Amino acid sequence: MKYLCLIYENEQAWAAMSQPDADTMLKEYHAFTDGYTKSGHVLGSNALQPTHTATTVRVRNGKMSTTDGPFAETREQLGGYYLLEAKDLNEAIQIAAKIPGARTGGIEVRPIMEFPRD
Amino acid sequence: MSESSTDDARAAVELIYRAESRRVLASLIRLLGDFDRAEEAMHDAFAAALQQWPSSGVPANPRAWLVSAGRFKAIDSARRTARFDASQSLIADMLEQRHAAQPELDDESLDDDWLRLIFTCCHPALSPDAQIALTLREVCDLTTEQVARAFLSTPPTIAQRIVRAKAKIRDAAIPYAIPTRADMPDRLDAVLHVIYLVFTEGYSATSGDAVVRTELTRESIRLGRLLLELLPDEGEVSGLLALMLLHDSRRATRTTRAGEIALLAEQDRGLWDRGEIAEGTQLVERSMRTGRVGPYAVQAAIAALHAEAVSAETTDWAQIMGLYDVLLRIAPTPIVELNRAVAVAMRDGADAGLKLVDEALARGGLDSYHLAHAARADLLAQLGRRADALAAYEQARALARLEPERRFLERRLMELQ
Repeated sequence: MKYLCLIYENEQAWAAMSQPDADTMLKEYHAFTDGYTKSGHVLGSNALQPTHTATTVRVRNGKMSTTDGPFAETREQLGGYYLLEAKDLNEAIQIAAKIPGARTGGIEVRPIMEFPRD
Repeated sequence: MSESSTDDARAAVELIYRAESRRVLASLIRLLGDFDRAEEAMHDAFAAALQQWPSSGVPANPRAWLVSAGRFKAIDSARRTARFDASQSLIADMLEQRHAAQPELDDESLDDDWLRLIFTCCHPALSPDAQIALTLREVCDLTTEQVARAFLSTPPTIAQRIVRAKAKIRDAAIPYAIPTRADMPDRLDAVLHVIYLVFTEGYSATSGDAVVRTELTRESIRLGRLLLELLPDEGEVSGLLALMLLHDSRRATRTTRAGEIALLAEQDRGLWDRGEIAEGTQLVERSMRTGRVGPYAVQAAIAALHAEAVSAETTDWAQIMGLYDVLLRIAPTPIVELNRAVAVAMRDGADAGLKLVDEALARGGLDSYHLAHAARADLLAQLGRRADALAAYEQARALARLEPERRFLERRLMELQ
């Protein structure tokens, strides 16, 4: 099974973090990524630029509109993701709990939809 | 074949259905990998038993026979529908491969299946509502109508909740497994919580269908027994079962004939169920011996002291207070604090109790809890502070939501005026 772990965190808290704290956090992220890539669980991962860089695109009745930012004001924003390979949801949850952001924000664990191929 | 042997076999099937159908289902879910396919296969297996047992006799191990029959029926049914739906032939192949890999069924793995079922139904990735509905439907075999009546909901709502939960189990790959040792404490807590919620719903709800409520308490006690049979060394499993039995022993005396609430001190202790008290007390001792004493076992120990006392006055309040101290340490909540204050009042007098109730109220978290104000009112009345007591009873009445509780508080107000 493949699971996408979406990391939701308060990006203002990130911005307000002191440099040594941010360095520690990044080091933890690197250790997590290296460890679980080696074990074959992490298939891909990326961090995202903060939401002020985001653009939302919609097409309605054939007309495209673009708006600034994400579509809703929320306390926590999508900050990055890991694509995992795990045996089942229990294993995915165990790994997601080790993502450093799980301690400050929340990790949404979503199974990847598999489409049958002929 | 004589008519009476047919009747005997039919009676045997019925008896086995009641005792074993959920365990058969639990094993079929593991072997077939799908809740709905397992449900269908289980019904086919019991239909086969009704047909074959009158002539062949009841097999030595009916559960294993039924699981095995259900397995073959599922393969047959997939092969039959494969003519119209090609994906079914893949399923039939998969089921046959699994059968080749594990043809024998031993009792131990069948017992484990029942645990797999309950741990899956109570998986924390499912919402609490879904956990309860799924447990009652799949583990207890209550109909969606019964679940709906017990929780003041509608059958379509409950049915949808169950369908969604099963879809999440399948699509998110929630494993059909007993938790690992490291996960066990948390996961067992979730199971015990669901069982206790089912019990309290049956025990304390004052609305809804009385027959269904009795069924809920009976089912939760039955689940507790089964769980203890399979996890005999878990102190909280015996603790929860003890707690439920000791509460249930007072069922007949909790309300008067007119449906009014009767307080512990007013209940006719001669009507308490001695069998349940004896079993509950033994289970409390068993929990204590495991050395891993949790909140359920401590609450059960308190309930046992109440059950053993001949009257409210001769209750061992000092020991009850000590147990509340333990409870406050392992599971601190404002309600535990309140109950401890009431025990202190019984041991040291209303003055001492009132001081603690006021302190607990001042800390917050109890303001909207009607029983906190009712307890305070009782103590004020005992101390002769009539006006303060009246005000506190008024506050309690305004907060009480259930009709019998409101009537009870009105009675208190009238007595005082």
